[in-house]
Amino acid sequence: MAADVTPAPLPRSTSADRRQPKPPRGNFELYAWVFMRISGVLLVLLVLGHFGIMHVIDGGLDRINFAFVSGRWANPFWRVYDFAMLTLALLHGGNGLRVIIDDYARTGTRRLLYQSVNAIVVGLTWALGTLTIFAFTPQPT
Amino acid sequence: MQRLGTLYRGREGMWTWVLHRVSGVAILFYLFAHVVDQALLNVSPEAYDRVIDTYRNPFVGLLEIGLAVVVIFHALNGLRIILFDFWSQGVARQRQMLWVQTVLFLVLAIPPVVAIGAHVVEEL
Repeated sequence: MAADVTPAPLPRSTSADRRQPKPPRGNFELYAWVFMRISGVLLVLLVLGHFGIMHVIDGGLDRINFAFVSGRWANPFWRVYDFAMLTLALLHGGNGLRVIIDDYARTGTRRLLYQSVNAIVVGLTWALGTLTIFAFTPQPT
Repeated sequence: MQRLGTLYRGREGMWTWVLHRVSGVAILFYLFAHVVDQALLNVSPEAYDRVIDTYRNPFVGLLEIGLAVVVIFHALNGLRIILFDFWSQGVARQRQMLWVQTVLFLVLAIPPVVAIGAHVVEEL
């Protein structure tokens, strides 16, 4: 007899559930999760190397000026290094902020607003940074 | 009566989670500003050098130390999360990993604190 008992339907979502993120979209969240771990390992190496060279060894910030950057970016290796770091850092940070916004945005409208601002600022920063690295012309000073 | 709490909430796992989020957002916002100041490289050498010169003071030096500490925390905590997720012993060894992380944090923080701290002191 117990087998005939139908479970009560699950409560339908109400306006109180607005803080729940959108339903899953394919495997996107899985790929994002994997990306955070791969880019995270790469960024540890890239960022700690960058910080060590620019801020710690050999006087750090003392020797940073236009001439110093000219010398570094005369070598394509450092342009590729900086471009990789810029791209990975913005995707890693932008995705991290996307997850945080999904957790805390109180309404769908606000979520859309915050996510749009996040995407636009990340995109513009990437464009400006990429331009800075590759449009740069080293000048002897 | 002793409060045992739950497995997760309110313990070190929650606080490192909070710090990971806060430090991540702080680093991202710093990165936005950093890309904008470096864009001056393509404005003119003088503009770039003038702005970099304004960074040579004790206050910015302290911010620089803060940035180093926050980045080192986020890097090591991220590596611990990866080990927790992928290493078969990750869950069982999570308490020990946090101790190793704390020791590595203190060791890695020494070079930037000493190097940048020396600038802060001499600029006072």
